[in-house]
Amino acid sequence: MSTTSTERTSTGAAGAGTPARKPATMAQALNTALRDALREDPAVHVLGEDVGTLGGVFRITDGLAAEFGDARCTDTPLAEAGILGTAVGMAMYGLRPVVEMQFDAFAYPAFEQLVSHVAKMRNRTRGRLPMPITVRVPYGGGIGGVEHHSDSSEAYYLHTPGLHVVTPATVADAYGLLRASIASDDPVIFLEPKRLYWSKADWSPDAPERVDALGRAAVRRSGTSATLITYGPSVPVCLEAAEAATAEGWDLEVVDLRSLVPFDDETVCASVRRTGRAVVVHESSGFGGAGAEIAARVTERCFHHLEAPVLRVAGFDIPYPPPMLERHHLPGVDRILDAVARLQWEDD
Amino acid sequence: MTVLEQPGTTGHTPPPAWQPRTDPAPLLPDAEPFRLLGTPDSDGLDAGLLRTLYRHLVRGRRYNRQATALTKQGRLAVYPSSTGQEACEVAAALALEERDWLFPSYRDTLAVVARGVDPVEALTLLRGDWHTGYDPVEHRVAPLSTPLATQLPHAVGLAHAARLRGDDVVALAMVGDGGTSEGDFHEALNFAAVWQAPVVFLVQNNGFAISVPLDKQTAAPSLAHKAVGYGMPGRLVDGNDAAAVHSVLSDAVSRARSGGGPTLVEAVTYRIDAHTNADDATRYRTDEQVEQWLRHDPVALVERELRGRGLLDDDAAKAVADDAEAMAADLRERMNADPVLDPMDLFAHVYAEPTPQLREQAEQLRAELDAEAETDGEHGREAGAR
Repeated sequence: MSTTSTERTSTGAAGAGTPARKPATMAQALNTALRDALREDPAVHVLGEDVGTLGGVFRITDGLAAEFGDARCTDTPLAEAGILGTAVGMAMYGLRPVVEMQFDAFAYPAFEQLVSHVAKMRNRTRGRLPMPITVRVPYGGGIGGVEHHSDSSEAYYLHTPGLHVVTPATVADAYGLLRASIASDDPVIFLEPKRLYWSKADWSPDAPERVDALGRAAVRRSGTSATLITYGPSVPVCLEAAEAATAEGWDLEVVDLRSLVPFDDETVCASVRRTGRAVVVHESSGFGGAGAEIAARVTERCFHHLEAPVLRVAGFDIPYPPPMLERHHLPGVDRILDAVARLQWEDD
Repeated sequence: MTVLEQPGTTGHTPPPAWQPRTDPAPLLPDAEPFRLLGTPDSDGLDAGLLRTLYRHLVRGRRYNRQATALTKQGRLAVYPSSTGQEACEVAAALALEERDWLFPSYRDTLAVVARGVDPVEALTLLRGDWHTGYDPVEHRVAPLSTPLATQLPHAVGLAHAARLRGDDVVALAMVGDGGTSEGDFHEALNFAAVWQAPVVFLVQNNGFAISVPLDKQTAAPSLAHKAVGYGMPGRLVDGNDAAAVHSVLSDAVSRARSGGGPTLVEAVTYRIDAHTNADDATRYRTDEQVEQWLRHDPVALVERELRGRGLLDDDAAKAVADDAEAMAADLRERMNADPVLDPMDLFAHVYAEPTPQLREQAEQLRAELDAEAETDGEHGREAGAR
């Protein structure tokens, strides 16, 4: 299987007979993915806080309870460990639960169930009790959320063997990756970038693009000068930075990881070997974060191709700031371009 | 201008309560633990059931002794004994039908064995060769849970799923008195009651969470009273009276199976041994207390009942003891053999498909094992040459 996808955020003109593409939001794509999964597989059950009548605080489950009934799309008591813990039992009986955690920081009560049971059940039972559970977590900042509503919690999850950690950056991927996550026989932490919920792209709900397997990165912009390695909410920021960089004469490649676990070493390293320079960009804190792992992996595998140390642009190592200050915390175009400028260019 | 209709009233009808108040009285546990053995009600007990309980209790006591001995011999890494609690262990297993599920905690290997799991397979967790040595699906026994109370929401979810699928399956989940302080206990009971899931929660209240006594654990009138707050019945039973525990659990299982919802059962019992072989119980409890509980022994209670009713003589008792001895001998013999381990199993069941990273790491381990084997081979040849 080819490892280097050349997907773009929006593809070109549709040919004859191709279903109509029209502007859709990431939220709509996620909603459609859940609806299609519920339709196709009676084992799929959605559960969480406010996912039924209300359709979720972000309306990602809008209309599902009405269409499939309360038993398939269930408003649970307000208790995250209970939600995930009962999902474990449902999975033990052969169901395929899709759990919604209302916000990133409100998923923490479920942490013990996640680490001690969801991640380990397959292993401790020698494969007899797989955990095909998808845990959807709206994550990240940039929406003006008050305290405990803007965490980037991916590092906690990706350090736990047994979990997959997936995050979409495009409308098409929101559908494709969520369907692939629900279809996975292993637990997937599906991190939904809150601030991209209302991002739009041309997309066909009647014939949405599928993702064959988790663990493949996508090159969102081809370039030759340096590689920006990123995921989730930082992908559009990096694409914007890459456009701005052309004014400086830099042609930046942007790799959207899509999946932190499994990690696509091949696509990332192929890009860095080509460009010789790399910056990892994410909005969660840098220390001990995903970028540290990525920088280490790239250095271990591409050292002799590197013209400069792999740099990281990340959120500061601070508790997530109040919304009126968050723009100073989040990596923006300027901070990314500053890092690119420090990649030891020959004319420096 | 607001005018009060009647002096001394607020002048309006308050909004109705969010839900109709239910009468808590039927949910309340009895003031004293329910007992059968040695009471006038014991006459009605089925002889076959008493004999079955007795056989399992004697085996269970012998199993506990054997596992403790194996720990002293280094064959088990640790053993949390259920000596003194055999009535709860055995009754929990016997109250279930084959299609039902048992959710044990780490102290409940005896319940797992009484359910029909091979004792060697039940003990792999505590021997340390694999976390779950038995097939949980074949036996419908969840993995032994070492984190406290986390298995309770699993039981609720499984029972709920079974009901959604139209199967009349009941889940019975076991937890200790200490576990009732955990958040997962609360969440599991709340979910179970809201969903009316066919679950039975069995709390073995043995008075201590390792060293911490119950009065430092809870201020509730009893642990069974906690049920009332969730809207499910709480039942208090003498946990050393196997017939009473079996009766209360069987009623709760039937109730759950017929759509009556969950029940919380508190069985009052005592851990005769220390928390584990690594614990020193003399630091937190008196010999007098232990002696008092030894006089209320679950095996002796059933034996007394059987002999009093002429249902057991010395020959029959010896046959039961011999059967238990044979089980112990078999367990001892098989546990004295070193388990055969394949280090490559470390990577076998992390994911359905190993990630590229795990494949690399498995190759690394494979190379290390090959190098080890080669070195061992050389050592072997050297030894042979000498």
